This record gives sequence, C-alpha cells and structure tokens, in this order.
Amino acid sequence: MSGADLRGAAPSQPEAATPRDILSTKKPNPVSQAGFLGALRDAELDVPDGLMDGEGRPAGRRFAVYRNNVAVSLREALEAGFPAVAKLIGPENFARAAGMYLRAEPPGSPLMMGYGAGFADFLAGIEALNSIGYLADVARLEFALRESYHAADAPVLNPARLQDLSEEALMAARLVLAPSVRLLRSPWPVLSVYRFTMTPGSPKPQAQAEDVLIARPEFDPEPHLLPTGGAPFLAAVQVGQSFGAALEAAGEDFDLGAMLGLLLQTGALSDIITIP
Amino acid sequence: MYDFEPNLPPLPGVGYKPQHYRDILEEAAPVGWLEVHAENYMGAGGRPLAQMRALSERFPISVHGVGLSIGGAGRLDPEHLARLKHLVGWLNPASFSEHLAWSTHDSHFFNDLLPLPYTDATLARICDHIDEVQDVLQRPMLLENPSSYLAFAESTWEEPAFLREIARRTGCGLLLDVNNVFVSAVNLGFSPQNYIDAYDLDRVGEIHLGGHDEDEDDHGAPLLIDSHGREVADPVWALLDYVLERSGPKPILIEWDTDVPDWPVLREEAVRADRALAGVLV
Repeated sequence: MSGADLRGAAPSQPEAATPRDILSTKKPNPVSQAGFLGALRDAELDVPDGLMDGEGRPAGRRFAVYRNNVAVSLREALEAGFPAVAKLIGPENFARAAGMYLRAEPPGSPLMMGYGAGFADFLAGIEALNSIGYLADVARLEFALRESYHAADAPVLNPARLQDLSEEALMAARLVLAPSVRLLRSPWPVLSVYRFTMTPGSPKPQAQAEDVLIARPEFDPEPHLLPTGGAPFLAAVQVGQSFGAALEAAGEDFDLGAMLGLLLQTGALSDIITIP
Repeated sequence: MYDFEPNLPPLPGVGYKPQHYRDILEEAAPVGWLEVHAENYMGAGGRPLAQMRALSERFPISVHGVGLSIGGAGRLDPEHLARLKHLVGWLNPASFSEHLAWSTHDSHFFNDLLPLPYTDATLARICDHIDEVQDVLQRPMLLENPSSYLAFAESTWEEPAFLREIARRTGCGLLLDVNNVFVSAVNLGFSPQNYIDAYDLDRVGEIHLGGHDEDEDDHGAPLLIDSHGREVADPVWALLDYVLERSGPKPILIEWDTDVPDWPVLREEAVRADRALAGVLV
C-alpha cells in the first residue's frame, strides 16, 4: 500500500478545495455517464480517457471491476431466479444465455425481483436451444412462481360462502382469485419437467401438455397440475366471467368438485361476488 | 432545510438476511438494530413484508437504498421515489440512507454503484437530488462514501470535502463506510487516517463495515474489491478504532451480502463491533 497522503490539506470549506489542474493548461477529459456505460457494456471498447489510478496512469483493468460487478450481479440474479433452467442447460450454457440476455435487456427498474420477465421469450429466440422445446415454458413457470411470492396478500374465501348459495345465485356470481394466483398453459409437460429437475425422486416426464395453477396458501407458492377443463375455467374466472360462464368454458369432461377443492385448499380464491 | 439528527442506537447492527429470521428473534444480542435494502421490500406482499412488519416491532430498522442513482446525470426516477415514499411511510424506519454513486441511465438499471467525478457540477446535481429525496420523504437522509477502484482526472474535490459540502448544503447526514475508506485508500494510494481526519464525523449517523477481496491492477499493485462476502479485515477493524476514538460511539453495521454465513458467524462480527464500541470513552 502506498503511503501517499491525500492531495492537499483536508479542506473544511469549499474554497479550500485543491483543484488538481491548477498549474496545468491542459483540461482533463470529462467522462460522461453515457461514455462510461458504453465501455462498461462492450469490453471491446477502450476504457474512457480521463479515468486513472491513484498516480494518474490510465485506469486499465481497474475499469474491469465495474464491468465485472455489473455482469456478475445480473447473471447471479438470473441464476437465483431460474434455477431449473440453469440445471436443464448446465451452468456454462446458462452463463452464456444470461450474458446475452443482460446485454440485450438490462433491468428496466431497480426492483431486481422483477428482472427476467422477458427471459423466457429471449430463450425461445435462441436457436441453439430450440431442441429443448419446453425450456421457455419452464422459465415462464419459474418467473410466475417469483411473481406469486411477491404478490399482494389477500383474505382466503370461506368455503361456506359457496355452500350457502342457491345454484342460480352461484351460476351468476363471480369468483375472485387471490393476487398470488398464476395460470400457465403449456403444450409441454412443463410441471413434470420442473419437478423432475428440482425434486429428486420425481417421476420421469411423459410426453403430454400440462396446465399449471400456481397458488400461495400463505407465503410459499406451489405449482399444481390442473385437471381437464381447469385452465379454461380459470381463464374465464380471471377475466371476470360468471361462475356459469366459466363452467361452460370448462367443457364436458370437467370435474367441478375436484377443481373447487383444489382452489379452496390452496387459498387461490379470495372472494365471491354475488349479484343482489 | 433539513438537519440531520442521529436516530439509530450506537450499537452493532447487521444487514438482515431472511435465512436468519428465526435466529434473530431467538438470540439477537448484541445486535440492536437491522438494516435492509429498500428495493427488496418494494414488492406488493408475501413473506418479505410480513417478516419486516414483525421485525420492525422488535428492532429499529435502517432502510438502505441501492437503486436511487442519486449521482445519475438524469433526473431521479419519480416511480422509484414514490415506491420509497410508500416503504418509508409504512415501515417508518429509524434511518434512510443511499450512496454517493449512480446506477441508472436512460431508465436502465445496472445493479452496481458506479463512480462519480468530484466536480462543482456533480456537487450541484447531487445536492438537488438529495433535496428532492428529503422533500419527498420528509426527513433527512444519510449519504454513504463509495469504494473506489479508479479516479477521474476531472475531479477538483477530495472526497471527504465533497461529502462535507453536500451535507452542509442539504442538511443530510453521512454514512461512513470504514471498509470503503480502506479499500479506496489502498486502491488510490492515500492515507485512510488522513481521510478520516478530513471527514465530517459530527454528521456521521451510521458506520458500515464489510469484507473485501484482494486482486491486482495492471502494474501488480494491490486492488481491493468491496465484495461483502467475508469477515471484516483486521486493518479495517483498526481503522474503526481510529474513527471511534475521534467520533465517539456510533451505530455500526456489519454487511455480509454474498456467501452469507450461518447466524453465529455473522453474530460474532457484531460481537467484535460491540467490543470496539465498549473500548470507546463516552
């Protein structure tokens, strides 16, 4: 460590601050934030003039600390948010895909809990990953779990409120889903792949389409496989259609009792609005 | 005009991690307060907010922002300011602090604390931004000194004088990160004691300590990286003693953000901070 002191005595008033270029006629190069970022995001570009070490030499690889901090912190945020995707393609492929994504779509806000909303679509657009058809849907499932985790709290519907209604009143009423509920429809066995990847001992996925309900009983979101007709039923509820209309959307092979059981057990319903 | 007043207790605190929730409720001592990153508690609900409601009934809370980009060339993000106002409103923390740094440009957030040239233009911009934050939050904030890996040729101010002037103009307090002082001093070749001597210790409302990593620059000189991923280094503890001899007791936070250890390891760092405080003559 160098023993050089702070330049100049410690000033307590602004007038006493020591301008570095007081004896120099050459103005140092100002570095704009746009210029700093340009070089930060593209390692091929030179480090901006005007950045230096403590002895006035060009900053060189000191600048790489910032390049590295930004890239690593964003990549780690994606790794933490998409652990199943990372396991499916392996750490090296994941690091490469994450590096491409964070350059193409840096976070749009300081809320890192929301970073990665476009990662599934981005993965779907990477040709080299097209052979893993279900990959983007697994990413969608992981992002939906994260959204559910941070969603607003809501009261849980008391099942008695459903039982007390006449059939006519029930059919006209509207179910209200908790803000933590998410619905994912996939042509792939997305939930089976997710479980097989994340939970040791899970059965091997079979080639089938899977619709998934994500619900959060208290604080921990859980994905559930939806029965036949479950997804159109929930999709109708989500857009505010009546119970009767949702039931119609669900079709012939729909087991309403099983569906309501699942929704009530998982805290997916927060209210029912009846027509007076 | 706001005027900073110390609000956190002059005790050890730790950066709160959710995995320590039970441990903290059961055996916090000597930890007397907790700090959280503002942005992690800006979700709509769920466990993070429930835990924070419960912890805030037991401990003074310090909200530490990492995403406001106070040094940003553009205006502060009004949406982010509104989120901050909402958080500070319901949590009513003992303290709010942010960094002398920037992290957002053209509405893109880079998740790191990027450095600033210390010029009159930067000074004016930062003071405007701090005025705006304090007006929105209706309270004075603390501003933290950064870890530096490089310097700007255009700078005309020394960092301690720059911070002192910001505090004088805006009425904000200062958050003195002693590890950052040590890291910057090694990286830029100045005396950390001289830096402390020039720092406005009367306006320090909080001290930060954290671990750093060691690397080298192009010339083989040591380059320390502020990583928050290990124990606080011995020379940083020594520098803390140097600070406390001059400042008197202050709230001292242990920051450990990556490779977060089990609670007993983190608590041991707080015990060490407690011993440093006990050695100070009030």
